This record gives sequence, structure tokens and C-alpha cells, in this order.
Amino acid sequence: MDWLLLAEFSLVGLLSGGVLALIALGFVLVYKGTRVINFAMGEFMMVGAYLFWTTHVFLKLPWWAALALTLVGIAGLGAVVERFVLRPLAGQPVISIVMATIGLGAVLHGAAEAIWGGANLALPEILPRKPLILGEVLLPGQVLWSFALAVALIAGFTAYFHWSKGGVSMRAAASDPVTAYAMGIDVRRTQRLTWIFAGVTGAVAGIIVASMTSLSPTLGTVALGVLAVIILGGLDSIAGAIIAGLIVGWLESITVAFIGGQARDVVPYLVVLVILMVRPYGLFGTRDIERL
Amino acid sequence: MRIGDFHASYRHDEALFDTRVQRAWLGVLLAALAAFPFVGGSYFVYLACLLGIHLISAAGLNIMTGYTGLISLGHAAFMGVGCYTVAVAEKASIPFYLALPLAGLVSAAIGLVVGIPSLRIKGLYFAVATLAAQFVLGFVFREWESVTGGVRGANVPAASLFGFELAGDQRIYFLIVPLAVVMLLGARNLFRTRVGRAFIAIRDRDISAEVLGISLFHHKLLAFAIGSFYAGVAGGLWGYFFRVATPELFGLPLSVFYLAAIIVGGLGSILGTILGATFMTMVPEVLRALVAWAEALGVQEAGVFLASIRQVVFGLLIVGFLIFEPHGLAEIWRRVRRFFHLWPFRT
Repeated sequence: MDWLLLAEFSLVGLLSGGVLALIALGFVLVYKGTRVINFAMGEFMMVGAYLFWTTHVFLKLPWWAALALTLVGIAGLGAVVERFVLRPLAGQPVISIVMATIGLGAVLHGAAEAIWGGANLALPEILPRKPLILGEVLLPGQVLWSFALAVALIAGFTAYFHWSKGGVSMRAAASDPVTAYAMGIDVRRTQRLTWIFAGVTGAVAGIIVASMTSLSPTLGTVALGVLAVIILGGLDSIAGAIIAGLIVGWLESITVAFIGGQARDVVPYLVVLVILMVRPYGLFGTRDIERL
Repeated sequence: MRIGDFHASYRHDEALFDTRVQRAWLGVLLAALAAFPFVGGSYFVYLACLLGIHLISAAGLNIMTGYTGLISLGHAAFMGVGCYTVAVAEKASIPFYLALPLAGLVSAAIGLVVGIPSLRIKGLYFAVATLAAQFVLGFVFREWESVTGGVRGANVPAASLFGFELAGDQRIYFLIVPLAVVMLLGARNLFRTRVGRAFIAIRDRDISAEVLGISLFHHKLLAFAIGSFYAGVAGGLWGYFFRVATPELFGLPLSVFYLAAIIVGGLGSILGTILGATFMTMVPEVLRALVAWAEALGVQEAGVFLASIRQVVFGLLIVGFLIFEPHGLAEIWRRVRRFFHLWPFRT
């Protein structure tokens, strides 16, 4: 085995896991905040990337203005989704909520296809391409920068949850909505905020992914692979999501290098099946204790 | 007017269809089904065959998800297993009346393997496990070329009985529709047995069910096996009907289609399965007709948007039913019937 090649692919894999971890963060935020797995996460990414394309490429706004508009737009979408789809379904069985987000994904996917067409669009490369050379290992610049960006965002959210009043109230509302409500926390507001945050992380991840590859309505399929990431980390653990994102990024990269490109998409799912057999609540998830 | 149930004997009490009116209508329905291919146009016979396949598969999913509470996002993959089994069996010149049960059994066996995690995890985690199964099986369909023919797919020869080829929609109709009727009756009957009631108990509260002496291990796996068996048979019929098996036919969208069908129809209801599958089979057809109509009226680009419109309508139907009519079409049907029970004396 070629150790240098292994090292290079490992590093690239770990770094590209950064974006996966960002998407995973979007899933975990929603799950922690509202006990919903957002199967429409991929569509949030896709819509975010399309909004950025519209404002930046089509309307030719400078990138910071385009990004601001995109984030406002996606935050609005998140709030609308929370108000009109998820809130009426509060307290419904798991299957209803899963299916509602899947249906939502279909609506967003179809609408995006109708508005922007099914063809591939190109986003300009936002992240610098200049590679970093570590001895004999070459790290692509985009991967490196996307990793840095993901780390910054994740660190920001973690800090928000730990130290800000809003973050603490979100955690309180997530762990016990009724008690939180009794203590004067506006649970509806925190849930709306959760969806807005999820939309924002999704949009940023979508823009990064789209600028590295290309933009089409199927951009969101990446997110389903990331769902595997979440299960690996446990649905309600941010640290787990990050570590799992890195693991899956690494696994995918290694699979491409040593087994072949076709196996790449299926590896996370195989790992997940095995993990679920051994540790049903993921590596870091909390185990539910049920009472009758 | 029907004002109440009056059972004079245990046999009467046990009957699946307990009134003479019901039995008469059932007879009429069966006669109509038998006569349909000779009267209906070829397009409608085609639709009826497609509907028959969807009905069997949706019934299987409803047994798993609606009655037992095991969410499956991998139902289409199990159909795929059935379809490829039939393709392989026909290559070994096994006749269809053995190949179809075989398709069901192979599918059920794989369902048992996938169902194992259901013993330790449930809800969302289990849904993701079935999602993983969907993708892993799809990968197998694509890459195991010696058996499945890879991306190009495998051809399925026509089913033949004693040299009589069941080729063409009108002939295959007499294989699909009777089978659909039998399997739906089977599903209906299942929930009058101990096993079926155990499924319902597990759905409502699995820990309570276990305390009552129901073995979760047996019953969850059994539910998964039965559901996969239905999917496998439906997949086998799919193979005989479309005569081809390709990996992308049995992808996640088809799994979601069946979930949508049972949600729109009504979870945990055989009537709901029938109504939902019929409704969801008709929606794309109606949309296509509407688009053709719009094009005839001079809207040039209507056809271009057909795929996206279909997706939006599909999603809106799912979300709309979940929010406004969570028990589905079956509940609407029940309300309408109740209204006419005492009509016009009480409205």
C-alpha cells in the first residue's frame, strides 16, 4: 500500500468531511430543536444555492449582498415551513412528520425545476483555488477553505448554544417543551429560530457544494448520504455530527482511491447498517428511556 | 337502510362481509372486474394492470407501516428484488406460478435481514436503516452485473401457462387482477387473526404489547417478512408486465410513492390502501391529460413543466393530507357512509 497516497486521500477526505459536517449540523439542529428529521434538508441546500445564483450571477450583485439576500430568503423559507407545515403536525406520529418533510422536499424540488430549469448552472468559484502544499502532500484550496468555513460556522453555533440566552432557551425548549414553556420561554419562537438556523446552514453548505461542483435541482441528493452521517453520530449530538462528518468524508475518499468510484455512495449506508446493529443510538446519541 | 348489526350465529359474526348487500356488491364488483378487459379500452386495461401491481405493493407497505408501525423507506427495493428474482427464474425456465411465490419468498428473506435492526431501534432510526437498505440494494442491482444486467437491466420473458403466452395487457390482466384481489382479501383477513392483532398492538405501544405476552422478535420480523413478500410478488408482476427490470425503476421515488399512497388512503386500513393506491395512480394520468388540454388551448410550454408540476402536486398532496385529513380517504369515505346511514331522517 502506498502510504503517501493514503495520507493524501485521508487528509482530503477529512477536509471534505467539513461540508458534510455542516449539512449534518443542519439536521441535528432541527432534530434537537423540534424532534423532526428534515428530509427536505437537501432541497434547502438546493434552494439556497439557486437563490445565490439568482442574486449573484443573474442580478450581478456583489457576493456579500447576494449572500445576505440569500440568507434572508432562506430564513424566510425556514420560518414559513415551520409555521405552515410542521407546527400543525406537532404531536403527530413519526411517520407523518417524516412524510411531511419528504413531501415538502418534493414541492421545493419541483418548484426549483419549474423556475430555474433542470439544466446544470455554474456558480463562480468563490473559494480560492490555490492549493496548500505540505511536504509532498497537495491539498486542494477549495476543500481547505470549505473546511475552514464549516469549522467557523459550527464553532459559531456551538458558542451560541452554550453561552447566549437564545441558545440556552433553545436547548431548554428542545429537552422539555412543556417545562420550558412554563418557565416563560416562547417555545414557538425558538422552534421558528431552529428552522431558520437550519435553513441558513443548509444554504451555506449548498453554496459551497454548488461552487465546487455544479448547480442543478438534484444538488440535494448529497444530503441523503449525510443522513447516514447523522445516524452514525447519533441524531442529537452536535459533536457526533462533526466527527461522523469527518469519518464519512474520510471513508468516501478512501473508497474512491482504493475500491472505485461506484462504491462511494453506498459506503456510508453500509457503515450505518453495521453501526445500527451494534450501537442502535449511534456513537454519541442519547439513548431513549421509555416509560409506560 | 342499515340501522345496526344483528348477528344470529357465530358464523355470521365471523363473516368477512356480513350483510347480503355487501356480498351482492362484491359479486357485482368481481363480475365487472372479469368483464372489464373486454369492454374497457386498451389504455384503461393498462391502467388497471398498473393499479393491480400498485395495490399489492401498497397493501404490503400498509401491513408493515400502517398496521405494525415500522416505517419503511425501502419498499421499492424489495419490489426490485422480486422483479429480478422473476427475471432470473425465467432464465432458468421456471414457470410463473412458481416464480412469483419465489419472488415473494426471496424478497421476504431479504426483508428479514433488513428487519433485524427493528428489534433494537424504532421510529426515525429505523426509517433511516430502511433508507440504507434501499440504497444498498440499489447498489447491488447496479453492480451485480452477472445476475441483474447492471444499469442496462434485465429482460423478463412473458409469463406462459402451458404454452399460452400471457403477453399483452389484456392477457396479463387475468394474472394481475385476480392476484391483487386474493392478496387484498388475504391482508384484510390477516387482521382478524391473532398475528394481525398482535401487529396492531405493537404499533400502538410495543412495550405494552410485549408485557401482554406478544413476542416482539417474532412479530416485528413477521410483519416485515409479510410486507416484503407482498412487495416481492408485486415486483414479480411488474417484471411480467413491463418485461424489463432496471435499477432506477426501483429507486427511492417509488418507495416514497407507496408511502404517499398509504398516507393519502389511510394508514392501517385496507380500504385506505385501495383508495390511496387508486388515487395516486390516477393523479399523474389526470395531470398528463390536463397538460395535453392546456397545450391544445395554446399554452406552448405546458409539456415542459409536466415533471415539475407532478412533483409539486405530489408533495402538496402528501403535506395537505397529513395536515387536513390525517386518516386519509378512508376516513372521508366513512364519513360519507355514516351520513347516508340515517339519511334522510337525520342529517
